[in-house]
Amino acid sequence: MFALVDCNNFYASCERVFQPQWESKAIVILSNNDGCVIARSNEAKALGIPMGAPAFQYYSFFKQKGVKVFSSNYPLYGDMSSRIMSILEQYTPNLEIYSIDEAFLQFKGFDLFNLEAEGHRIQKQIRRWTGIPVSIGMGPSKSLAKIANKIAKKYDSKTGGIYCINNEDKRVKALKWTAIGDVWGIGRQHCKRLESIGVRNAWQFTMLPNDWIRKQMSILGLRLKKDLQGLPHIQLEEIQPSKKGIATTRSFEGTLAEFKDLEERISTFASSCAEKMRKQKSSCTALIIFLRSDPHKKGVIPYRNSCVVTLPYATNSSITLSKYAVLGLHKIFKKGILYKKAGVMTMGLVPTASRQLPLFGGEESKHLLIMKALDHINKRFGPHQMKLANQDLQYTWKMKQEHLSQRYTTEISEIIEVK
Amino acid sequence: METQKLTFFHPDQNQQKSLYLAQEKISAGFPSPADDFKELRISIDQEVVRNEEATFYARVSGESMQGAGLDDGDLLVIDRSMEPKNGKIAVCCIDGEFTVKRLKVVEDGVFLIPENPKYQSIKVTEENELIIWGIVTYVVKKV
Repeated sequence: MFALVDCNNFYASCERVFQPQWESKAIVILSNNDGCVIARSNEAKALGIPMGAPAFQYYSFFKQKGVKVFSSNYPLYGDMSSRIMSILEQYTPNLEIYSIDEAFLQFKGFDLFNLEAEGHRIQKQIRRWTGIPVSIGMGPSKSLAKIANKIAKKYDSKTGGIYCINNEDKRVKALKWTAIGDVWGIGRQHCKRLESIGVRNAWQFTMLPNDWIRKQMSILGLRLKKDLQGLPHIQLEEIQPSKKGIATTRSFEGTLAEFKDLEERISTFASSCAEKMRKQKSSCTALIIFLRSDPHKKGVIPYRNSCVVTLPYATNSSITLSKYAVLGLHKIFKKGILYKKAGVMTMGLVPTASRQLPLFGGEESKHLLIMKALDHINKRFGPHQMKLANQDLQYTWKMKQEHLSQRYTTEISEIIEVK
Repeated sequence: METQKLTFFHPDQNQQKSLYLAQEKISAGFPSPADDFKELRISIDQEVVRNEEATFYARVSGESMQGAGLDDGDLLVIDRSMEPKNGKIAVCCIDGEFTVKRLKVVEDGVFLIPENPKYQSIKVTEENELIIWGIVTYVVKKV
């Protein structure tokens, strides 16, 4: 059985942990440089504020409706995310991070034995320990867990944020409820073709003959059908990445201890994230880099760490992202540890077309930009600071962040104050 | 502040987190006397942090908890994983404002008790919105 744990309105929820007065009020979070809306609380969604709304056009509306505006605080979101992932790992060694605020857990052994109760325990622990509310969907395959999660969220008051597809009736009902365009892995092209032959929901899709699916949608379509039938067939890698951010994480076959080995891995993961973003025509504004030893193995030095690198501009260039990812690795790498898992996640996705500095043309201009960044650092800090690894990018580029909350969990001078 | 005995902390060798880094080279000659000290240095972090994922920090502002040894400017270690119980010192959020007080849970409700005669106890009524945010487990102060 698989469970998809998904944080509810993650960025807004992170802000609320440290400013509880905004609980059940409308909140929006703006992209780097306060350009556009990248996250909304349910209350803000209800006011009709669209994703990507340009902030300058909405300021008077925000004021009029009492909407609280935050600049994006990636160090905070990154730290809260790694706390949650670490809690989830206590429940199963089989954890796959899908994005900054979503992860799949695989349960073996006691599969059907009251998994729903386990879900409630997970939800309660994350809420209690970190303050973040989560929804959990469970099912015999990842695509079904994903659908179950959607149901859990949509009917929150009924489900308490937890829904489990654990019998045939529930599976059929859930598939009939899911519009074909909402099925994970079915893109716009396939959706059109399917609708043209009268396939409107996921259940109808699973009723199509295998030959037709294979011919029209290749082997991946067929695997998706099997997955929706409850037989796990799809890997996270081959499915479309989350719109909220992309994660590339791996457990290593053995363990890695050398910096250069990890550097190669991290750099590869970052390039892979970049590639996925280019495919969906988005760019990111921050990265999380994380490392850990094997938490389930006795006798090894336990270590886990993560850090957030905020980028000076939105980008999906492989070169740029792997450079910054390696910068992050420098900050958290510790000698003498046997590393078992590492990963790179992207945050603050914006459509490439609407990002604020559309500077990239061809390969050449990418390089130009890196050079420009290096020059910038040199100018500011002097030639001896050329080692990018030591730079805190937060300070290097002055971003417009007029509504920035404090770095409550990563900066001792910015912790909460209590009277 | 209550008078307390001064306690010296020894590294807890049974704790999962205590690390050994024995880097002794095999060589002929006298054994190094330094081998007797192969444990890592004591880490305050290990001593005060029980659950990393649930640990947060806050700064005390004001004198309302002076009697409990929480002075203005002190650093608080907060464990959100601990159950709020009668008598514990808790960081609460009451009507949108953070405060640190001792919890008093009685039959007819919850009180937030300051430890300074100059301050008044707060009775939490139905009109109040109270979040017990986390339990204070340690105070770090500069002397």
